[in-house]
Amino acid sequence: MAEPKTTGSPTPDEPLLRATDLRVHLDTPRGLLKAVDGVSFSIERGETLGLVGESGSGKSMLVRSLMGICPSIADIHGSVRLDGRELVGVPRKEARTIWGNRIAMVFQDPMTSLNPVLRIDRQLTESMRLHLGMGKKEAGERAIELLTLVGIPEPVKRARQYPHQLSGGMRQRVTIAMALACDPDVLIADEATTALDVTVQRQILDLLQEIQAERGMGMILVSHDLGVVAGRTDQIAVMYAGRMVEHSPTADLFAHRRHRYTEALLGAVPRLDVPRDQRPRAIPGAPPDLVTLKSGCAFAARCTAADDLCREERPELGDELGAHRFACHHPVGEDVAAVEGVESGQPSLMKEATA
Amino acid sequence: MSTLETAPEPALGAAEPTGLRPSQIKRAKSGKARKRPSILLWFAIAWMSIVLLGALLSLIAPGVFPHEYGKAFGDAKQKPFAAWPEFLGTDGLGRSHLTRLAFGARVSMIVALVSVVVGVVIGGLLGLVAAYFRGVTEMIIDLFSDALLAFPPLILLLALSSVYEPSQTSITAGLAVLTIPGFTRLTKASAIAQSNREYVTVAKAMGAGPGRIIFKELLPNTFPAVMSYSVIVMAVLIVAEGSLSFLGLSIPPPMPSWGGMINAAKDDLSLYPSQVFVPCGVLFLTVFSLNVIGDRLRAKFDVRDTKL
Amino acid sequence: MLRLLGRKLLALIPVLFLVTFATTALPDLVDGSPVAQMLGPGSTPQDLKDLEHEFGYDKSLPVRYVTWVGHALTGDLGESLKTRTPVMDGITERFPVTLELAVFALLMALIVAVPLGVWTAAKAGGRVDRVIGGLSSGLLSIPTFVSVFILVYFFANPNMMLAFKPTGWEYISVDFAKNIEFAFLPALALALAEIPQFQRLLRSDMLATLQEDFILTARSKGLSTSYVLFRHALRPSSFSLLTVSGLTLGRLIGGTVIVESYFAIPGLGQGMYQAINGKDIPVVQGTVVVIAIVYVLLNTLVDIGYSLIDPRVRAR
Ligand SMILES: Nc1ncnc2c1ncn2[C@@H]1O[C@H](COP(=O)(O)OP(=O)(O)O)[C@@H](O)[C@H]1O
Ligand SMILES: [Mg+2]
Repeated sequence: MAEPKTTGSPTPDEPLLRATDLRVHLDTPRGLLKAVDGVSFSIERGETLGLVGESGSGKSMLVRSLMGICPSIADIHGSVRLDGRELVGVPRKEARTIWGNRIAMVFQDPMTSLNPVLRIDRQLTESMRLHLGMGKKEAGERAIELLTLVGIPEPVKRARQYPHQLSGGMRQRVTIAMALACDPDVLIADEATTALDVTVQRQILDLLQEIQAERGMGMILVSHDLGVVAGRTDQIAVMYAGRMVEHSPTADLFAHRRHRYTEALLGAVPRLDVPRDQRPRAIPGAPPDLVTLKSGCAFAARCTAADDLCREERPELGDELGAHRFACHHPVGEDVAAVEGVESGQPSLMKEATA
Repeated sequence: MSTLETAPEPALGAAEPTGLRPSQIKRAKSGKARKRPSILLWFAIAWMSIVLLGALLSLIAPGVFPHEYGKAFGDAKQKPFAAWPEFLGTDGLGRSHLTRLAFGARVSMIVALVSVVVGVVIGGLLGLVAAYFRGVTEMIIDLFSDALLAFPPLILLLALSSVYEPSQTSITAGLAVLTIPGFTRLTKASAIAQSNREYVTVAKAMGAGPGRIIFKELLPNTFPAVMSYSVIVMAVLIVAEGSLSFLGLSIPPPMPSWGGMINAAKDDLSLYPSQVFVPCGVLFLTVFSLNVIGDRLRAKFDVRDTKL
Repeated sequence: MLRLLGRKLLALIPVLFLVTFATTALPDLVDGSPVAQMLGPGSTPQDLKDLEHEFGYDKSLPVRYVTWVGHALTGDLGESLKTRTPVMDGITERFPVTLELAVFALLMALIVAVPLGVWTAAKAGGRVDRVIGGLSSGLLSIPTFVSVFILVYFFANPNMMLAFKPTGWEYISVDFAKNIEFAFLPALALALAEIPQFQRLLRSDMLATLQEDFILTARSKGLSTSYVLFRHALRPSSFSLLTVSGLTLGRLIGGTVIVESYFAIPGLGQGMYQAINGKDIPVVQGTVVVIAIVYVLLNTLVDIGYSLIDPRVRAR
């Protein structure tokens, strides 16, 4: 109910959100599953981090562990600091004053992430009434404002409807409005547009970008598609098998991608200007099983440049946040073929993604 | 008796968490919860063996009991666990509880077994026929099951007992009729599920006639579902017979039945509670054991998959 | 919606026909004449014939059926052989008592089972869940006529605790407090058997709901666990429970015989029991038909009601 203590007194040197050596270990019936294994990054106000990786690479687990909403079998280690205040290990009750209030989340599938038997306004207002102590009427008015803000026509009418009466794009706008309800400092969009068709996808992304710029929130855009985050982020982190394999300012990453996996991901970005049958296929091979993962680079089995070193010793990412970090023994750019790839592939991709 | 009505509606079984789905196993942290009932299962099997033994002895060798069921041999209303071999005490007329409970088991077991067998045979056959022929045949069979299920079951038995003098035969017959629609629905549903499978289509294509397909292909595959359901139905039937005896509308005295013994002792409740609770306990343990065994069978064959 | 209603009601007709026809045939099953018991000693065969004629038992079954339906449609279910009063009068007097008992029992069962179901689902696999699960499978195996004794022994026994009167009744319209005092134990006896069924049903539906994405959404808003459980998860998990409650109400109305006869409650069940013992065929007939019709209608209504409570279905 009460405002969390940290509001208004950000520690001067601390970024808005900083994760240090974050680990999420799941105690599954098959054994220990390291869904997130030693991830560090930081975001400032008004900054957007793009989190990219194939499905199963631990993106959702990572962003959930930032809030502390993980399955009961999960163990979270490391540190997450919001304005200098540690979030890992705080009691549930205290954590709840942050959830939805200072950090809010938009989930992947708008079809299933709204409660089917509650009206839109009810779902919009409950967090405002909880965190901001608003009355029913005040919260109701704000709900209408929020619906207008996210571009829903006839907001008064829509507020009284049930989720199934809205289209997929509308519903995702509603979940965004829900996330914005308490004016969060950090907005996390976990594949918020994956389930939508392409035109709606772009509208929603534009909306998120606009609102983020307007409010100066920190934002994390999660996607399995580099194209989605390309033109809309300040920094990009590429995840593979629970670890970050490349992390750098966005422009830098596209100009000089270094990790072989990033390279492969870029190759896998669907492009609308290429006929369907000529589009690149998904990366050959499958992601490794996180329970039986051995030492060495997790990507080695699928990597064309892998050698014995890769199979034996895991490359480290480096600690210097803000720099271009990558965890690869044989990074791209040390041979001629990859340089060509940069020149031919990148411009059209950027054009498409920002269009 | 309230369980009787649910019998023909095995869909309710879906309510029972007999097996956790994989997604739930994650939440259940570990598999410990699944192992626990095995002690219960062994207890249930042991108890049912005792009950069946008692029923069998009273049927073929009533002489092994120290005293007859119809004759007083000592003080009335003796407490249980006070004497040997009559460790269950005596009833209001000084008759042996042990002997009377064994003869009561005989009544319960005969009624339950015979009714279930009749229900399985007739109900199962109707279900298979309905599933094979579909169309009008199925409609007529469904109509009769629906009509039978339209009565709360005890009401139907009561109505019949208003015109027939109750006897072991009439009670068994009445209960058997009531079990038919449940088995019809069950076999029909699982046979229909089977008949869409490939091997039945193949058999049909190879020119197998209805009889052959029903008996050789459909029947064996409906067996697991029918078996686990039968055990649960037996529990329901024992309760139903008990309810009738309790109302004095079942097998007439002096032949003992569990419900009848409870009924005869009901005025002694506050002064001699064991008079009521000894037969109540025996009945409860029997019903409970059958439910445990039935649930186990159901979990084993995963009957829930038939989606009745 | 109306089409659905029409179709459901139409499907009832053959069932109702069979039910009523079977009950009309009941007197034909009687050994001897159904009215024989009404005659005093020294009556002549002619007296018997007259009586049979008076009650219409001399006619053939189809004729009797048509007459019966004609009368029944005007609310006339014949006369009691014992009291010579209209059967319908007795039923209208007794029905509210049974209905009250059934509704009371249903409410009690729901009040206990809903929190238990939610709790066990929230703690699925934990100790609470296992203990309650074990207790509920035990409770499921206690027949009503046994739970009646357990309740009376503990709560209406001068040697134990005399919280309630063991037998008797007061009409709700006369004295509400007294009525509840009399109705409590019988209703509880009926409710006990339903609690485990409701709890299991709700638990498994809740478990499915708790896997849904919208629960994660609700949690990520910072809502408390109990708020998420009761305000977000309960409603979408309760549709089958509501359906089953409707069916249970029907079953309870037809299943009060034991409780009513043990507690001496003047409801339909007791009336039926007395009629059976007195071989009062028309009363048995009338009661059975009324109970069966109520039962079938309730089942159909529940079927239709199901589509009314779920906004997703309602929209179609
Ligand atoms: N509840 C869970 N129980 C066990 N393993 C899980 C659970 N949720 C996710 N995982 C595993 O954790 C890993 C990371 O999953 P996730 O974060 O959902 O990936 P992404 O969002 O990148 O697709 C996967 O290997 C997945 O199988
Ligand atoms: Mg994900």
